[in-house]
Amino acid sequence: MQTHQYDVVIVGAGGAGMRAALESSTRVRTAVITKLYPTRSHTGAAQGGMCAALANVEEDNWEWHTFDTVKGGDYLVDQDAAEVMAKEAIDAVLDLEKMGLPFNRTPEGRIDQRRFGGHTRNHGEAAVRRACYAADRTGHMILQTLYQQCVKNDVQFFNEFYVLDLLVDHDLAAGEVEEGEEVNVSGVVAYDLATGEIHVFQAKSVVFATGGAGKIFKTTSNAHTLTGDGMALAYRRGIPLEDMEFFQFHPTGLAGLGILLSEAARGEGGILRNADGERFMERYAPTIKDLAPRDIVARSMANEVREGRGAGPNKDYVLLDLTHLEPAHIDAKLPDITEFARTYLGIEPYTEPVPVYPTAHYAMGGIPTNIEGEVLRNATDVIKGLYAAGEVACVSVHGSNRLGTNSLLDINVFGKRAGRAAAAYAATADFVPLPDEPATAVEAGLETIRTRPDGERVADIRRALQETMDANAQVFRTQESLTQALADIKELHTRFRAVSVQDKSRTFNTDLLEAVELGFLLDIAETVVVGALNRAESRGGHFREDYPNRDDENFMRHTMAYRRPLPATTGRKKRTGGDAKGAFSHAETFDDYQLVLGSKPVTVTRYQPMERKY
Amino acid sequence: MTAAIEDSPTKVGAVPSFTVTMRVMRYLPSDEGGETVAHWDDFQVKVHGTDRVLDALHMIKWEQDGSLTFRRSCAHGVCGSDAMRINGRNRLACKTLLKDLDITKPITVEPIKGLPVVKDLVVDMEPFFASYREIMPFLVTTGHEPTKERLQSAEQRARFDDTTKCILCASCTSSCPVFWTDGQYFGPAAIVNAHRFIFDSRDEGGAQRLEILNDKEGVWRCRTTFNCTEACPRGIEVTKAIQEVKRAMITRAF
Repeated sequence: MQTHQYDVVIVGAGGAGMRAALESSTRVRTAVITKLYPTRSHTGAAQGGMCAALANVEEDNWEWHTFDTVKGGDYLVDQDAAEVMAKEAIDAVLDLEKMGLPFNRTPEGRIDQRRFGGHTRNHGEAAVRRACYAADRTGHMILQTLYQQCVKNDVQFFNEFYVLDLLVDHDLAAGEVEEGEEVNVSGVVAYDLATGEIHVFQAKSVVFATGGAGKIFKTTSNAHTLTGDGMALAYRRGIPLEDMEFFQFHPTGLAGLGILLSEAARGEGGILRNADGERFMERYAPTIKDLAPRDIVARSMANEVREGRGAGPNKDYVLLDLTHLEPAHIDAKLPDITEFARTYLGIEPYTEPVPVYPTAHYAMGGIPTNIEGEVLRNATDVIKGLYAAGEVACVSVHGSNRLGTNSLLDINVFGKRAGRAAAAYAATADFVPLPDEPATAVEAGLETIRTRPDGERVADIRRALQETMDANAQVFRTQESLTQALADIKELHTRFRAVSVQDKSRTFNTDLLEAVELGFLLDIAETVVVGALNRAESRGGHFREDYPNRDDENFMRHTMAYRRPLPATTGRKKRTGGDAKGAFSHAETFDDYQLVLGSKPVTVTRYQPMERKY
Repeated sequence: MTAAIEDSPTKVGAVPSFTVTMRVMRYLPSDEGGETVAHWDDFQVKVHGTDRVLDALHMIKWEQDGSLTFRRSCAHGVCGSDAMRINGRNRLACKTLLKDLDITKPITVEPIKGLPVVKDLVVDMEPFFASYREIMPFLVTTGHEPTKERLQSAEQRARFDDTTKCILCASCTSSCPVFWTDGQYFGPAAIVNAHRFIFDSRDEGGAQRLEILNDKEGVWRCRTTFNCTEACPRGIEVTKAIQEVKRAMITRAF
């Protein structure tokens, strides 16, 4: 075992992690721990753009952007955070340009902008050109540019190191820390994939930027490596997860494969059609049609298929039609996604419409933070020295449905804020002592799985999880389907206790780490499903067929999911969750812990909830 | 008659499936109980028409031999994790459809060449990234920063578009015969990334980068075999980019 000491440790090297590192590493001694080489991170797969009200091509302002974000999120957005993001978007884009990002340009040589779903002029009048972009490779360019700057600033990376535990000085999962009491972070425990060695990192500040958890679903645009590691580690330490039931299904995944085709395809004029060739979005969103927010488009597509108007031999997808666009325009603006259609489906988008169907894409929920990126351990108290940014976090700028481009914006704005705040805190704070034998639990857990001679296969459990999530917790949900998903998850948890791997070596044992990641997925899936069961309303990305309307009276609050011990038979306080009121008073029992729900109020500043029409 | 219908392999809408032999190069360090030399293992896998080499490797890992080791992440050709030698050519496993290969023969899969093998298909990428870091792969500017964006015409932006597509997968560098025999050579990927900045109208570090690449291990080692261009999964004209850097070195026009 090796021990290291850094002022700031950043976990994850996608956009949020590297943006944080650029701030932190120039101020204090910083290490970035990442399970992939930084340039492999999934920020690089983002395509369409990053919105900012630059007004380079038409009138725009950040207040409209704030409103669109709030409305897009079906009013579950914390409006102070959305305002910060929309205001700071402008500098975030200009920062990237100054770092060298090769944006597409207007004839005047300025950053070009295009339309994107849910982004409108003057509170919904018409689609506005707000997304700054580099062809359909905007995420790739952001990831490369941030990595280039990290090379320039000599940022220290620990590549292919998996963080497997978060160290704090109070055991929140035991549930006995009083409100208001100070809780501090002391570091993380990591596993070096190349050698199998354990490394303990003591740090004054820890920033989680580990990304999403799309692999709880079978059909997803997410990378194999997006297994919710950071969220699960926090949850296991008793830190709540916020709004996990809100998962975004991107409308245009390549049918059957889930590979993402950017919303920019529709921003550039692409049209969704059903088997009859009808532009069906005219019926669902008469004003902005194909550029409605993703939750609405995904649901409309699924509804077309359900009502028998799907295309293809099994009538199980709809068509993205680009054939009316000039091939030269497609080549200039959408080169990668059209290549995906050719490579993976053998479809020529110049002349044939592309089969598409919704694909699990983005977790709106995550580790709760305030606008400085500080992690909350209940509705009000922060954990000192712990920060989170990007998809792993819930600040919450996306509410119940994220607008396209706002994730690339989120990682830049809140990655920067978290990096600065983490460095500022580390500059004044002392190291918190590590617990005795900080790595024992991690080592024991790994050894148990690695040395178990025979047992359940990782792939079998994972497939069963992904299949039940696709079948029961996807675009359309009901009490019945979610109850089934929860029963399946509980059974899979039990089977997971007997998981074994075939690779018994210590060198680059990805078999072992896939088992660990499966454990994370099971934890995340339970928070998604329990949150979805409890939320008896439909809002943004969460649609309950048995409760098709939004219910502001009972549910205009953020869900908080806490892992807590099983209630003792005598003596203890009955509940140890956070702010459990009204509709958020459920506790779900698992084998050796319970998931206790609580809630957090939504911050409303300028915009009172209205019916959401497009 | 009934039997014939039951045997019919393709019902309406079903994806036809077929069986392939994957012949994979295996290596485990001797201190882990492996042999000192690599060897081939054959696996039979049943795959579908849309499956890629990566899917076949996953089927082996998940259903037959969990110890088979390779890198992968995005699985659609943008993260650059899974460059490997497939039937003797460098490709991304996630971008190579099995139906496009000759499935009557075993499909060979080996690690990319010229970098030390860690285990099975995983190589040590550090020497590759070290070369990349040496060519100053970041925008270099002097003077005051503008308040808003730096202006750049669409034509100026187009000048270096091709080389911005690089995903650092190492397919090009590890296909280069010069790199195989001389690991000190910067290699095509580093030069591609130098090109990306040398021809960016906003950049002022071109002269320094050309100085670095004028080294004996720099661009002049390139023998224009075009392996790199053929290998690039992003369709970058790598050899052309290297030629443009050579020309810039002579003419100092960039």
